[in-house]
Amino acid sequence: MSDVAITVSGLDHYFGEGDARKQALFDVNLEVGSGSLTILMGPSGSGKTTLLTLMGCLREVHAGSVRLLDQELFESDEITRIDMRRRLGFIFQAHNLHDSLTARQNVMIGLQVHGRGDPARHGEAADHLLDLLGLGERLDYLPGNLSGGQKQRVAIARALVSNPNIIFADEPTAALDKVSGLAAVQLFKDLGRARGTTTVMVTHDPRILDLADRVVTLEDGRVVMDRIQT
Amino acid sequence: MTAFLSRLLGRLPIGYLQLTHHPGRLLAALAGVAFANVLVFVQLGLAGSMAESVAIPYRLFQPDLLIVSPAESETLSDASTLPRQRLFQALVHPDVTDGTPIYMSRSTWLSGQEASSSIQFFGVMPDAGEFFHDALAAPLIRLSLSDTALVDTLTRFVDMRSFAAAHSEAPVPFEMQNRQLGAVGTVSIGGGFGGDGVFLISDQTFFRMFPQRSSATPSHILLALAPGADPGRVAAELAQLYPPDTVRIRTVTEATDQEVRYQMTERPTGLIFAFGVVIGIVVGIVIAYQVLSADHIREYATFKAMGFRQSFFVGIILEEAIILAAIGFWPGLAFSQLFYHSLAYLTNIPIFMTPERAVAVLIGTIIACSVSGILAMRKLAAAEPADLF
Repeated sequence: MSDVAITVSGLDHYFGEGDARKQALFDVNLEVGSGSLTILMGPSGSGKTTLLTLMGCLREVHAGSVRLLDQELFESDEITRIDMRRRLGFIFQAHNLHDSLTARQNVMIGLQVHGRGDPARHGEAADHLLDLLGLGERLDYLPGNLSGGQKQRVAIARALVSNPNIIFADEPTAALDKVSGLAAVQLFKDLGRARGTTTVMVTHDPRILDLADRVVTLEDGRVVMDRIQT
Repeated sequence: MTAFLSRLLGRLPIGYLQLTHHPGRLLAALAGVAFANVLVFVQLGLAGSMAESVAIPYRLFQPDLLIVSPAESETLSDASTLPRQRLFQALVHPDVTDGTPIYMSRSTWLSGQEASSSIQFFGVMPDAGEFFHDALAAPLIRLSLSDTALVDTLTRFVDMRSFAAAHSEAPVPFEMQNRQLGAVGTVSIGGGFGGDGVFLISDQTFFRMFPQRSSATPSHILLALAPGADPGRVAAELAQLYPPDTVRIRTVTEATDQEVRYQMTERPTGLIFAFGVVIGIVVGIVIAYQVLSADHIREYATFKAMGFRQSFFVGIILEEAIILAAIGFWPGLAFSQLFYHSLAYLTNIPIFMTPERAVAVLIGTIIACSVSGILAMRKLAAAEPADLF
């Protein structure tokens, strides 16, 4: 695998059709290195979430190029995008945990996407990761009985448990207190160093900006600032 | 259960966990599936009962061939008469060893001011026992005494207990068609959808009770064939003896099957039962659909974002469908059994559960719930992972 995890070139994106057609991204160019932590910033409606979903194989690339883990996504079919998503981890602002599954089961799902396996081993891996995130005492809790921060940590564990190549996260620290938020982002950085896991994160949280390797700012669908931090 | 299903499926039993997460909704769904099962069982039970009640009178006979008039020949009881001459013509055939006519008519048993039962009378020759069920051969001889009858102990809406000891030495008197008759024995036939009971009388008693009827025009003709004779071949050869379209010749089995088919497919009752089954299936599909398409869109979108394929979602939906069907079936079966027993007790119609019907409904329930699942999939397929952000 190359040192570059994601290459975005001349990316345009539109929503709607006909007179209602609206362009959301304009000629976006970006290169994200493997193992790095990149933060996407920008005001609401600036296109950062659209860019995140395009890089995450959740939308079809209309124009331009998105190259993800050496796979071109422009004109790729749905099956290719689904297969690519198995190599990614997603963390959503709204957690999106399955209400009827316990914390452990929610994390196990992250492993089961790769096919049939020994559920007992999946459970052990989930327990280990949840314990690492401070939820060792909440393994059998349903999401309805967890706090917002605890849910977010379960969602983080679910994204990380299958050792994804890239993590896409939307405001992953929004529900966390300062210490937990910093610990979570530090975990992403550590994974980057140890396993080469790349993290692309949309956030408005100024507390974690300093931990990023790179901060990309979008406005009105265009990259207006691309700052590499050392 | 979760651990067992996990081992069975090789993954988390998400369908089971989804269903059991909302016990109230699950109970409502199971009640709905059970209700749909009861609807289907009731209709199938009634249809089966009709088929059974159609077949029971035929079982009284054991001739090799049955000749009827081609007019109104679909049912045993409503057949038009035919000339007795057809019997004599048939006896010309070398493989026809014997024959006997049967005369049929109806009368009403009045139990009181308002209660009445429709009785089907079979007028038969007392010495024609060979054409009837073995158990009837001896009692039929008793009908040689004039104005005697073998009465049906299962006659609907009539208290037949006083006839239990009826015998030729101690006939139990009763009156019908303004004639005094004596019961000299009993049969157990029962009512169906076309009548409430069957009484057997001699042909001579029949003509006295129904003077408008003539011995020259029986309702049916029963034929006995030589041992080893092929009924199909003999029927075809007999048909050549008669003027065209004057008789219909069948075995008892063929006649029974054709009447059952006629009652089920051409009579309103049969069609109503079929329609009832369809309604039950539709109710089941709708109820299961409501549960299976419950609001899991966001969760399914999350699974899609994680890279699960469509087959995974189909697996979850089918898992739920099978659980709903497999659990909901049993209370439906239990209530249906109760209904069958109650209806049989109240009406004397032959309605009962058969293993074949139970298995067929179980399989049908699983298929119906799976259809609901497939319909639900169309809704859940709309889950769009990009909308999660």
